[in-house]
Amino acid sequence: MTATTAAISAEGVRKSYPKAPEGAGLNGFDLQVPAGSVRGLLGPNGAGKTTVLRILSTLLEPDAGRASVAGFDVRTQPRQVRRHIGLVGQYAAVDEILTGRQNLVMFGRLNHLPGAVAGRRAAELLERFSLSGSGGKPVGTYSGGMRRRLDLAASLIVAPPVLFVDEPTTGLDPSVRQEVWAAIHDLVESGTTVLLTTQYLEEADRLADHVSLLSAGRIVAEGTPDELKSAVGGDWIDVVLSGAADTETTAVVAARIARGEPRVDGPAHRVGVPVAERARALVELVTALNEAGVEPRDITVRRPTLEEAFLLLTGDGAGARGGTGTAGSTATRKVTA
Amino acid sequence: MTTAAHPRPAGPSGDSVLSRLGWALADTWTITRRDLNHWALRPGTVALGWLFPVMIVLMFGSLFGGAISVPDGGEYFEFLMPGMFAMSVLFGLETTMTAVTTDAARGVTDRFRSMPMSSSAVVSGRCVADMLNSAAGLSIMVGAGLLLGWRWHGGPGSALAAVGLLLLLRFALLWVGIFAGLVARGPESVAAVQILVWPIGFLSNVFVDPGTMPGWLGAIAEWNPLSATASATRGLFGNPGFGGESWTAQHATLMAVVWPALLAAVFLPLSVRTFIKLGR
Repeated sequence: MTATTAAISAEGVRKSYPKAPEGAGLNGFDLQVPAGSVRGLLGPNGAGKTTVLRILSTLLEPDAGRASVAGFDVRTQPRQVRRHIGLVGQYAAVDEILTGRQNLVMFGRLNHLPGAVAGRRAAELLERFSLSGSGGKPVGTYSGGMRRRLDLAASLIVAPPVLFVDEPTTGLDPSVRQEVWAAIHDLVESGTTVLLTTQYLEEADRLADHVSLLSAGRIVAEGTPDELKSAVGGDWIDVVLSGAADTETTAVVAARIARGEPRVDGPAHRVGVPVAERARALVELVTALNEAGVEPRDITVRRPTLEEAFLLLTGDGAGARGGTGTAGSTATRKVTA
Repeated sequence: MTTAAHPRPAGPSGDSVLSRLGWALADTWTITRRDLNHWALRPGTVALGWLFPVMIVLMFGSLFGGAISVPDGGEYFEFLMPGMFAMSVLFGLETTMTAVTTDAARGVTDRFRSMPMSSSAVVSGRCVADMLNSAAGLSIMVGAGLLLGWRWHGGPGSALAAVGLLLLLRFALLWVGIFAGLVARGPESVAAVQILVWPIGFLSNVFVDPGTMPGWLGAIAEWNPLSATASATRGLFGNPGFGGESWTAQHATLMAVVWPALLAAVFLPLSVRTFIKLGR
């Protein structure tokens, strides 16, 4: 593996779950992560984030496409891949009955460290993750945060060149979240390539130097967190009308003020308007509606949802709301500030 | 934290068959030791598993012992113990299945599968640990039997052969348990098997003579693999049993080998296949 090689590479990866059509499959997934970088894979529930990690960590075979990690093909060289990765799953995958120390020693032995080295490494990691005091206690007695830290420690026993982290802080309280973030940060300093999935823009912002947006099993946008933030940073004005005619008029009026395509929800007589400057846009919109003789039933200003960020970034209009069917035709968009 | 402090993964890079075999054995031992550590940390749970069959023995021995006539007019415990040995082996099915299902549900199986360890060790480590568990459980049952007045009357050779047959059945059931654990949807499936174990246990010659059951039920009971092992061990220990007219009853020792061999021949490859297919 040279510095120029991608540490993680996926091309046209497809995976469907015939038994569970609703399952988060992949639909032509492409990804290139340079060695030594941190990539955030951002997407809502069911976008396929976990499926991506399971395929890259050799737990799941893709139906089609190619994927390689640390230069080894996940399908034909799974053993080599496993020697170069660490996987932190969504659940703390540790033995509940064993003590924290016994868990780490066991995973060390299974990484084929000699007994003494495994013991020393376990002690180091317990210390590092502030678990020294509880290393001798069964994991069943640990709090959620302690388990998560132990889980992370177990994935770092042999300092993998590539680390996969699946929603590292889901369900953790804020202080623990900070600890986990710090641990991942340290790891990156030591040169590990990290691919982490998250539902939180904030988390991606905090940890990743590049973010890939995953929607319906494919990457729909990529960029640095800054680029993404300025692209989705605007607010939304929601206008609720009393009839179809007003809704139509509003959509036309709003299109002049909006900084993207307004989203029209016909049956609900609702128009969502993405705007850059909330105060000025609100005044402009109300004035324009007044001039057009439209009397809105309700107007609210709010922050964008993740879903709207996707819509804005993919430029995929109203179609994407109704289903994932239209996503296939959209090419990945490079986001620039 | 410096890079130099990190150990790099050692071990099989797919080189020689011999080194891979060596690592497979080392990994099997690591997984086995995990279970031995479980015993040390949760002695109560393990002891309960071992003592439960003893409790059943006491229950049946005291409650039904007087009511059931034993062939050859022998002691009820003399008749009951070999059947209960077989029954305790059947209980092992749940132990295996629970362990496999729990690991899968907690993501531990996935962690093992994403590590550079030998993947066969995940299964073979479970196998060794459960066989050790059953051997210990059987020893305790034998001790309890001896205290209650059960004796073996053959030589040490046939007694060992009897234990061998019991462990053979355990080995076969192990693969049934691993398979069931891998396909199980969750703890509910384990509960289903826990319930199912009872009719399987009772529909045999462990407690009563299949000759006293309605014809078709008796036939099922006689062909139950558990009956073959129970009859064969009774014979080898020199304890009283039911003759039975059916072919299987006449060839109990043969069937006590054939049944486990058949079960293992079906469920061992099935388990391995299911384990590999977890990735599809």
